[in-house]
Amino acid sequence: MEIQPDTPIVIIPAYQEERSIGGLVRSIRERYPHDVLVVNDGSTDRTSETAREAGAIVLDLPCNLGIGGAVQTGFLYARDGGYDVVVRIDGDGQHEVEDISRVLEPILAGRADAVIGSRFLGETEYRGSIPRIFGIRFFRFLVNMTTGYRVTDPTSGFFAINRRLIEFYSDHYPSDYPEVDAYILMHRLKARTVEVPVRMYDRAEGKSSITAFRAVYYMVKVTLSYLINRIRRFG
Amino acid sequence: MNRVTFFSICASAGFLLYILEMVRRRKLREEYSILWLFGSAVILILSLKKDWLDTLAHAVGVVYPPSFLFLVGILFILLILIHFSIAISKLHLMNKKMAQEIALMKEKAVHGTSGDPPIGS
Repeated sequence: MEIQPDTPIVIIPAYQEERSIGGLVRSIRERYPHDVLVVNDGSTDRTSETAREAGAIVLDLPCNLGIGGAVQTGFLYARDGGYDVVVRIDGDGQHEVEDISRVLEPILAGRADAVIGSRFLGETEYRGSIPRIFGIRFFRFLVNMTTGYRVTDPTSGFFAINRRLIEFYSDHYPSDYPEVDAYILMHRLKARTVEVPVRMYDRAEGKSSITAFRAVYYMVKVTLSYLINRIRRFG
Repeated sequence: MNRVTFFSICASAGFLLYILEMVRRRKLREEYSILWLFGSAVILILSLKKDWLDTLAHAVGVVYPPSFLFLVGILFILLILIHFSIAISKLHLMNKKMAQEIALMKEKAVHGTSGDPPIGS
């Protein structure tokens, strides 16, 4: 098949999402002509089958790599398949499918290399837990301080990137909360970033595994990896 | 020869032989044995040559020479642990790349070259 210029692919990392993934894939495919890629991060439930039945391309990782490794697998697929734009969206139904076009628009218009959907721009019904909100504020401060990007939602997992970033991330993508780290990488590549408002729903199941201890651990780890990425050499 | 010296010589010599035997039987790769061999050799030499140990301990300001031996041992253990952390990080990266490659290859094997539309489109 000939790939047309600016062909987007929607990437959904999924771990144990058999209940939400099928409906999500179907609703994307009803609204958009884009290919949908589900990266199954070693789920033991029917995530893979459900996604495939709904019409997604599915990559099955043989073991659980964590969010960064799973998303990077999607970038590798997009790079090798000649896709020009990647939209990455969560598999648990937290993001609104209708907003995909909003996240894509500035990239397709050539106005940005990366577009990040922010739950804090415009009207929002998002209510996060206290450690989560604290973490978001902390990372917002960190990103704004070190890159000069004006960021409201540094941990947003709803974004679109162009070919240049797809190729770079295929080789270099962080493991935990990769979105925060990604800012320093984009900054170093002098990428143009834009935030657009998106809707964000609270987790339907209400079992986000972020405890206070893990929140602190991740904040330290992500901050360390973020600061190291500032001084790292990329060969 | 006092008891401490005797024990120290026996322990480091035994250790050295054990590591060599592991390498000979291919249970330990050469690159992971170098620090062990070097470390136990240094401790063995310092146990045999008490005046060398005294001189070195003196040079760095350690009053009780046998504790300089501990210091050398601990430093080697630290070096070996860092070496392991680096090796694990490398394995981690290789493991990730392999898992990703397997996922991509499985998809390609089932649905042809990547980039084709999925079944049903």
